[in-house]
Amino acid sequence: MVKARHGSGGIQVPDRKEISGHVPIEEAGIPSELTLYLSQHIGAPSKSLVNVGDQVKRGQKIAEAQGVVSAGLHAPTSGKVKAIEARYQPALGRMVEAIVIEPDGEHVLYEDVVPVGSDLGGISKEKIQEVTREAGLVGLGGAAFPTAVKLAPPPGKTIDTYLLNGVECEPYLTADQRLMEEFAGDVVFGFRALMKAAGVDKGIICIEDNKPEAIRAMEQAAAPYSELDVAVLSHRYPRGGEKQLIETVLGREVPPPPGLPLDVGVIVSNVGTAHALATALKTGLPLVERVVSVTGEGVAKPANLKALIGTPVSYLIEIAGGFVSRPGKVILGGPMMGVSVPNTDVSIVKGTSGVLVFPAEDVRTEPVQPCIRCGMCVEACPMRLLPVWMAAYAENGFMEDAEKMRVMDCCECGACSYVCPAKRPLTQSIRLAKAHIAAKRRAARTN
Amino acid sequence: MADRLLITSSPHVKAPRTVRGIMLDVVIALVPASVAAVVFFGMKALTVLLASAVSAVLAEYLYEKATKRPVTVGPKGDGSALVTGLLLGLSLPPAVPLYVPIVGSAFAIVIAKQIFGGLGTNFVNPALAGRAFVMAAWPLHMTSDWLNPRTFDAVTGATPLYAFRGGQSVGSLTDLLIGNRLGSLGETSAIAILLGGAYLIARGVIDYRIPVGFLGTLGLGIFIFGKPGALFQGDPVTGILLGGALLGAFFMATDYVTSPVTPKGRLYMGIGVGLITLLIRYWGDYPEGVTYAILLMNLATPLIDRFVVPRYYGYAHDVEARRRANRAGGELS
Repeated sequence: MVKARHGSGGIQVPDRKEISGHVPIEEAGIPSELTLYLSQHIGAPSKSLVNVGDQVKRGQKIAEAQGVVSAGLHAPTSGKVKAIEARYQPALGRMVEAIVIEPDGEHVLYEDVVPVGSDLGGISKEKIQEVTREAGLVGLGGAAFPTAVKLAPPPGKTIDTYLLNGVECEPYLTADQRLMEEFAGDVVFGFRALMKAAGVDKGIICIEDNKPEAIRAMEQAAAPYSELDVAVLSHRYPRGGEKQLIETVLGREVPPPPGLPLDVGVIVSNVGTAHALATALKTGLPLVERVVSVTGEGVAKPANLKALIGTPVSYLIEIAGGFVSRPGKVILGGPMMGVSVPNTDVSIVKGTSGVLVFPAEDVRTEPVQPCIRCGMCVEACPMRLLPVWMAAYAENGFMEDAEKMRVMDCCECGACSYVCPAKRPLTQSIRLAKAHIAAKRRAARTN
Repeated sequence: MADRLLITSSPHVKAPRTVRGIMLDVVIALVPASVAAVVFFGMKALTVLLASAVSAVLAEYLYEKATKRPVTVGPKGDGSALVTGLLLGLSLPPAVPLYVPIVGSAFAIVIAKQIFGGLGTNFVNPALAGRAFVMAAWPLHMTSDWLNPRTFDAVTGATPLYAFRGGQSVGSLTDLLIGNRLGSLGETSAIAILLGGAYLIARGVIDYRIPVGFLGTLGLGIFIFGKPGALFQGDPVTGILLGGALLGAFFMATDYVTSPVTPKGRLYMGIGVGLITLLIRYWGDYPEGVTYAILLMNLATPLIDRFVVPRYYGYAHDVEARRRANRAGGELS
């Protein structure tokens, strides 16, 4: 057993996992159209390898990574490329190029999709790295950072511990929980593959204590392997943030940006990522589908759906029984860090862990009141920053002062906004300052 | 079908706690002290409390109407004026003429709070500023309008705190705990104040560091210097129970707006209030020092907030680095 620390800041949020936590993972099926954004996440967009009218098959590479922080894209099913055009990418909040596929319903597998092996002893470290890259694997916890980049630390950095993140501290979301409960063996297999690829011989699986079934399943699956350990963490948001997890489990602090976990000898990957790598190794299938929790008080039959990347949100909600009543808000991801979308025509990306629907009657905007300096945001901040001042500086245009208060270290977890009794949008103000400072820094670099 | 979806920046859920809810908690926490005041000092206590609370709310309403600002009192108001009025009333002697609470509340709300921008932007605790004002305006009323608990007879003698400072006996500990003694309305019953304070700490409304820092420092100081002519023979328990220390520690010094935002800063604030109270009580002419001690530390709060910053996640030891950076006027790394 790993002894975890309390960690800095953080808040208690009702986890609402009971809405979809008991529902087994189901196949979502094939929608009538798939939209694969060439920019799935931060980093350089990938480059299309297909043209309009081309026939594609399930698992066929349709776009290729460009640059280091970039990942390829594969066709999730067989069909025809209907269009390549700009579409609204909800996670990035802007129009990006997208490959639109019209499925033929045959679900024909691409010829090159062949199993690599299911015995890790017979697969080399380099082979796993190659599969990770070729399968377009990204972190499935939300930020969607290309996994292959993590596995190749720059020379001089020694990694001693690999953390598998099964914390899923976002309320409502249960995709990782269901994966651990139903596919613990594959998750452990994928984790061991990740460890082998990174050359790390100590792995810790981290789970919050509100998921006893998942803990049991993972402890059982990890039992045969002496290099694996399970850490049971108390439920507290944002426990599953990469930096918070490293602090809680290992007592180490990642240096400020551009510091990375590897600077303190750690790599963190999500359980979904491990599961996707296991699939890629055992079946040869690249990252073309993922588990998405479709949940919230606004859907009739909350579900955990294995959905093809590019599936429209409207289709997923339909599969989950449709809306209970008039929807007020639809969120991709969890309620703390997820992105609200203007309509349900948008499609899921590799990093979409959930589709959350709040009914209109639950959605209200509360009037913002003056800050009373209660300091609740200060105690909530997991980065031990001072949201009260950063937000005040940002609101009044003092961006340099906000920068001095380390606004760029903010992880945008939303804990400060959550606890604020005056209902001030602290996280939003802080984002404003961050965007302003980032733009200034970009301008300084190009001059 | 999914038209008219609301788009906002995350987070999309918020804690149920509101400013109004916090103020309501403070009012609830003041109920035991108010009840004790009425039990010990009769209807006179009730009229003083009512006059002070009503005039605070009315002053806020009239000022906001006159300056055409959004009205923050009433059923949907933030509740802060009511808290200020109640606190001021509880800090007054029971037999004061009614113009004392009325003028005090008006000063607290209009001069100490609203002129500086209203809730959140005042720099001193409004209730204490009001108390300081009436103390300067009517010093006789404020130091001699006592009532004998239970018989409700007017008493003009010195308070127990004054006697205590002179090393005289001040009655039984039981009387001090339940409040059977001379003193301001809300100060006498230690049990009632502690009950309210415990409620606020349990509800997570106030930080225990301010009362602990304040009362700890005060108690230690009384133990060392409390007995005239001898060191380390003072009686800290009696010293803390007398005067306005308890009410100040749990209800006045913990005012959010005028106390630091960081946990460590709050501890320093508490210690500072304790030190200044000691200075005033033992080396000044004035028997009671809590009001001015808290007001002075209110003024020091921006300084505390500037220098007492947490060590940000991932930074080695930030306070030193920050000081160097401030001196150099540049970036820290």
